[in-house]
Amino acid sequence: MAEKNTKKIEFTLGAVIREPGSTIKNKTGGWRAMRPVLDQSKCVRCGTCWMYCPEGAIKKDEKGNFVIDYDYCKGCGICANECPVKAIKMELEKK
Amino acid sequence: MPLKEIRIHGRGGQGAVTASEVLAVAAFYDGKYCQAFPSFGVERRGAPVEAFTRIADEPINIREHVYEPDYVILLDPTLLSSVDVARGVKDSGIIIINSNRPASEFRLNTKAKIETIDMTAAAMEIIGKPFVNIASLGAFAAITAEITLESVFKAIDQEFAHKKAVAELNKKAAEKLYKMFRG
Amino acid sequence: MPEIVVEASRAMALGVKLCKPKVIPMYPITPQTHIVEALAEMINNGELQAEMIHVESEHSACSALLGAQAAGVRTFSATSSQGLALMYEILPIISGNRMPCVMAVANRALSAPISIWNDHSDAVSARDQGWIQLWVESTQEAIDTTIQLYKICEDHSVLLPGMLCLDGFTLSHVYERAIVPEQEQVDAFLPEYKPYIKLDPEKPITMGPIAFPNSFMEFKKMQHEAMLQALKVIKNVHDEFAKQFGRAYGDGLLELYRMEDAEYALMGMGTLVGTARVVVDKLREEGQKVGLIKLRSLRPFPKGELINATKNLQGLTVIDRHISLGYEGPLFSDVRSALFESDIRINNFIAGLGGRDITQKHLRKALLSLKERREGGWLL
Repeated sequence: MAEKNTKKIEFTLGAVIREPGSTIKNKTGGWRAMRPVLDQSKCVRCGTCWMYCPEGAIKKDEKGNFVIDYDYCKGCGICANECPVKAIKMELEKK
Repeated sequence: MPLKEIRIHGRGGQGAVTASEVLAVAAFYDGKYCQAFPSFGVERRGAPVEAFTRIADEPINIREHVYEPDYVILLDPTLLSSVDVARGVKDSGIIIINSNRPASEFRLNTKAKIETIDMTAAAMEIIGKPFVNIASLGAFAAITAEITLESVFKAIDQEFAHKKAVAELNKKAAEKLYKMFRG
Repeated sequence: MPEIVVEASRAMALGVKLCKPKVIPMYPITPQTHIVEALAEMINNGELQAEMIHVESEHSACSALLGAQAAGVRTFSATSSQGLALMYEILPIISGNRMPCVMAVANRALSAPISIWNDHSDAVSARDQGWIQLWVESTQEAIDTTIQLYKICEDHSVLLPGMLCLDGFTLSHVYERAIVPEQEQVDAFLPEYKPYIKLDPEKPITMGPIAFPNSFMEFKKMQHEAMLQALKVIKNVHDEFAKQFGRAYGDGLLELYRMEDAEYALMGMGTLVGTARVVVDKLREEGQKVGLIKLRSLRPFPKGELINATKNLQGLTVIDRHISLGYEGPLFSDVRSALFESDIRINNFIAGLGGRDITQKHLRKALLSLKERREGGWLL
């Protein structure tokens, strides 16, 4: 992830990244063109979106509601496609 | 002792390769350096097989095939019709043939000496099966004096460490062939 | 130390056993199979505490080798010919991840036409994939070098994988005398494997990430520098081994034979060197000033040592048991490049492909070629 990163590259043996979870620093939400919007009133809490999200960008809050983490959501739309009650809509990202 | 080279002819399944290895181990027990290897062919039962042993007092560095053996052991005389067993044998060499016929009946293109000995009869009598590969080393020890019978026995014990009965039978057969030359 | 008569493949297995690898992924291929068969037997008998993984291809064997080593244990595998070719995709991944895996290659020709017999085309073709390659001449050297190779590869200034190259059949299937070291001796020489880095759920790390164009070259340069560093480590480990076990192979990189006042010399790798010793001895008896250079380490290549060893020569003949089709013998290319600034005449013979025997006659002809003003070529 070093191309745009101005952070100094650590030249470890075998290019090992010692610090776990370093991808958190790269907020890939900026790549998004379409934004999933979850309508909590329609949501049945089945967790399908949470299971399908390839980025792990859907989380469950303390109330049991599923929320989308826009810092990392790339807007792929899989969640909207999979939602059995069509509670997720893809909207054009306003930038 | 200068380097001595032995070529063993048999058919796939007759144990020529094992014989070459046991011969090498016997030479080792006599305090010699040794090397044994097969002809690196594709192994098939019944096909002609060659195996080689080198014996010397000094470490053996040479890795080429054996082209001019000092000794040849022919485990199966039916190979004579298809294989030139006298190929490259030194004039001073000896060709040992498993046969009940006299040596004079074998017309081979060589100046080497031919010795025949009925290994199959000895094997049938003692082992009950025509397994002559290991027993032939008794004949080899007697005819060439390059290895001792005692070391052949030790080598057989090592080869058949987990088959004591087989070892004993092979030792007996080897001894019988040895005594046919050195009573 | 017990001396035995042993098939080189089995001897290799005995050497490996003494190094106590914990995981052995294997896929059988002639003429390597005897090595892993013997190891399987040792595991079954309880003589070796290791996990043998029966995989579905060499590609998987090599992948499992990487995975096991990454998990923090010493590993071993063996292959030959097209088996090594099928591992090819994983070879640079292992070296790039700096995993000190050790693998035996019982050298065999690459098909087609189909050949199960010896030449050096398998391992020499894999020469540029970041593996240390040590080539051996005898059963004893195979055992001794295996033990050395683990120590070399695992040295924290090296951390590279290593191939132990032994001639298929021509060595792997030969029975000869060899001393098998005692376990305590090997334990004193080769410490228990301590991974420099490993996959550990308690301390997560990322192995094998992407390197963008702004960092890839630096990582490759580090690998190259580790290879160059390995030149020193191979020598040191060899010297230490020689001191402890009483057996030496030149300086570990090159072994020189009757080179003192030699005017012409032969150079090669593997078992052909043994036959060449006999040829050199005979020519010496005839009054010819000839010698022999055995290359043990093809990678890293001991350029400085070679320059030193050849400085008084008039001619050097390089025997390649492989041909870089469309050019020349790859060892010859390496040697000529190393000796570019010297005045020595150098020529090249291609020999022993696909199991063709390399005879005394061949080597005599080759060794006298430069003196007799003959060009190199093919020893058919």
